[in-house]
Amino acid sequence: MESPVEILTHAGGAIGYSWLMIALPLLGAAILLLGGRRTDRWGHLLGVAMSLAAFAVAVASFVELTGLPEGERRRGVGLFEFIPGMVDLGVLIDPLSISFALLITGVGSLIHIYSIGYMSHDHDRRRFFAYLNLFVAAMLLLVLSDNYLGLFVGWEGVGLASYLLIGFWQFKPSAATAAQKAFIINRVGDFGLLIAMFTIWTTFGSLAFRDLGADVTTQASEGTLTAIGLLLLLGACGKSAQLPLQAWLLDAMEGPTPVSALIHAATMVTAGVYLVVRSGAFFEAAPTAQLVVTIVGVATLLAGAIIGCAKDDIKKGLAGSTMSQIGYMMLGAGLGPAGYAFAIGHLITHGFFKANMFLGAGSVMHAMNDEVDMRRYGGLFSVMKITAVTFIIGYLAIIGFPLLSGYFTKEGIIETAMHEGGPILGWLAVVGAGITGFYMSRMVFMTFFGKRRWADDAHPHESPAVMTWPLIILSIGSVFLGAFLVLGNRFMIFLSPAVGRPAELPEFHFLSVTGLATLALVAAGAAFAWFRYGAAEVPAVAPRGSFLTAFARRDLYGDALNESLFMRPGQWLTRLSVFVDNRGIDGLVNGLAAGIGGTSGRLRRVQTGYARSYALSIFFGAAVVVGALLYVGNM
Amino acid sequence: MTTHYLVLSALLFSIGALGVLLRRNAIVVFMCVELMLNACNLAFVTFAGQHGSLDGQLIAFFVMVVAAAEVVIGLAIIVMIFRTRRSASVDDANLLKY
Repeated sequence: MESPVEILTHAGGAIGYSWLMIALPLLGAAILLLGGRRTDRWGHLLGVAMSLAAFAVAVASFVELTGLPEGERRRGVGLFEFIPGMVDLGVLIDPLSISFALLITGVGSLIHIYSIGYMSHDHDRRRFFAYLNLFVAAMLLLVLSDNYLGLFVGWEGVGLASYLLIGFWQFKPSAATAAQKAFIINRVGDFGLLIAMFTIWTTFGSLAFRDLGADVTTQASEGTLTAIGLLLLLGACGKSAQLPLQAWLLDAMEGPTPVSALIHAATMVTAGVYLVVRSGAFFEAAPTAQLVVTIVGVATLLAGAIIGCAKDDIKKGLAGSTMSQIGYMMLGAGLGPAGYAFAIGHLITHGFFKANMFLGAGSVMHAMNDEVDMRRYGGLFSVMKITAVTFIIGYLAIIGFPLLSGYFTKEGIIETAMHEGGPILGWLAVVGAGITGFYMSRMVFMTFFGKRRWADDAHPHESPAVMTWPLIILSIGSVFLGAFLVLGNRFMIFLSPAVGRPAELPEFHFLSVTGLATLALVAAGAAFAWFRYGAAEVPAVAPRGSFLTAFARRDLYGDALNESLFMRPGQWLTRLSVFVDNRGIDGLVNGLAAGIGGTSGRLRRVQTGYARSYALSIFFGAAVVVGALLYVGNM
Repeated sequence: MTTHYLVLSALLFSIGALGVLLRRNAIVVFMCVELMLNACNLAFVTFAGQHGSLDGQLIAFFVMVVAAAEVVIGLAIIVMIFRTRRSASVDDANLLKY
């Protein structure tokens, strides 16, 4: 096994200006938010321009990085002292961060362009672009920062931007609730990340990645490293919607569709995978934590796939598939250096085909008056050919159709899981792929084929060019990217300066046992979907289904579990606190005040206003004084 | 001999104190105050005679001077109250209360 290389300090060149990637979208967001309505007319253009400019900087940095010898491909650019004497903030450009930067800015820019068309009727389009820019800037800060603190700032920025975007149509109570749900569940994960950072700081005295290399084992016990790993995993679960913090992802569909594409493809949910891979030094030294990562990954990939099977809402179906695919990435990320390249590779190809399908779903919704129920679609292939063809390419990529992107990267993860993680993990991942074949086929058959089950006022039409071109570009990526990255281990060798690589590079077998089994299961799933939803009539109203269907429709009772375990006890706790506050604390304070008030009210009555009664008091007082003097004098 | 004077002084003081506490007419109350002062004077003078010192007699003069000044001011106040309220009763001047 080969370790990552040292981080070198860098100055000048395109990499010296790589901080512009973060600064430009942030500037765009600032101008659009502070400029207000004045920027309405050209706001979307500025947003796209800033995103494209960041992409240009990313490409320039990438070109410069690949020009360097392999042993020098980790470049740190110091920016300023974040906390004087403790944390310096800087940009780290290495193969891992630049891959993410290219994905975020590239796919992000396409989503920006698409949004021009998708949001053209929304009078708040400028605000939307401001948030998109903020999202991209925060995500870039997350992946480019050279220490955990900067990563955390970006992490929180992503959380904020996702909150703003999921709740973009905040006049809808469901959207406002979904935004809060995403934010709160993410807080749980952030808690894990924060505690992990505290532990890292107290153990190693530094948060910079350059100080936390492969030598962490010499400075900390395995127990500490396992704790750090598990806490980091909790953080990753929150952002990447892994079990048990998956519940927010399905509700996050309340945001406009480009937001879903951005969250699911280019940003946000990939952050957890990034965190696990970036913290590889900790995980590789803590096998228990690694095992938990793979278990979480497999559990989530199955749960997401099962949820995806039962959803009639096209966006929620896609959300289930995102959960599932991120589960694959987590599985890969938990397998050590052999799995990192496939995890990140799958992340990148997934970024393309998932953005492709989400934007395609948005295009369909655009055509169908924002209808999301697939039972009201059907037969759309003939009316919107570009959307349909690109969507189907994305679909073939995600189910792992041979030679398309998803085939190579997913197959790589499954093969590595078989070798590194054991047959149980491997075969469960194969089963997950089979279920993927079923629910994605179901989605395509229900949407584009079969009888037209449209609402009476639906007049579907192809979307404008500004929306279809991003789809076309993304679908090209969905076709070729996987083969480009995986064949000849191109991506694994490229990533190795950042994450290390296994001693023996794996070979890609086109006709392995697991590969054939996966293909057979996927084909069976697709065929089953064809019989159920392609050949047979799809009822316009969802049938009740078995208890399994109900189980999947209710998101495997994730919400019910959260409600009964956390929400209800939380409500009881707040009610108890309110009661204690009202009755106990307020009662004490108010009672004291009332007691003093009442007593003084009664004492006031002594002041009668009659001079004679005062004289009597003086008389008695004098008598007491005289008596006391006599008493003391006689003692 | 001294005892008789002191008993007389105590009697006069008690009559004065009771008068202050029980009577309503401001003039009578005022006179009772004077009675108490003079009872004290009597006690002072008695003790002075007994001890053969001039201190008590001296203080009796001071008390008289103070009482005279008090009479001037007190009577003026009583007259003013009578003019405004048409009454010399101390119970009628009871506005300063809770």
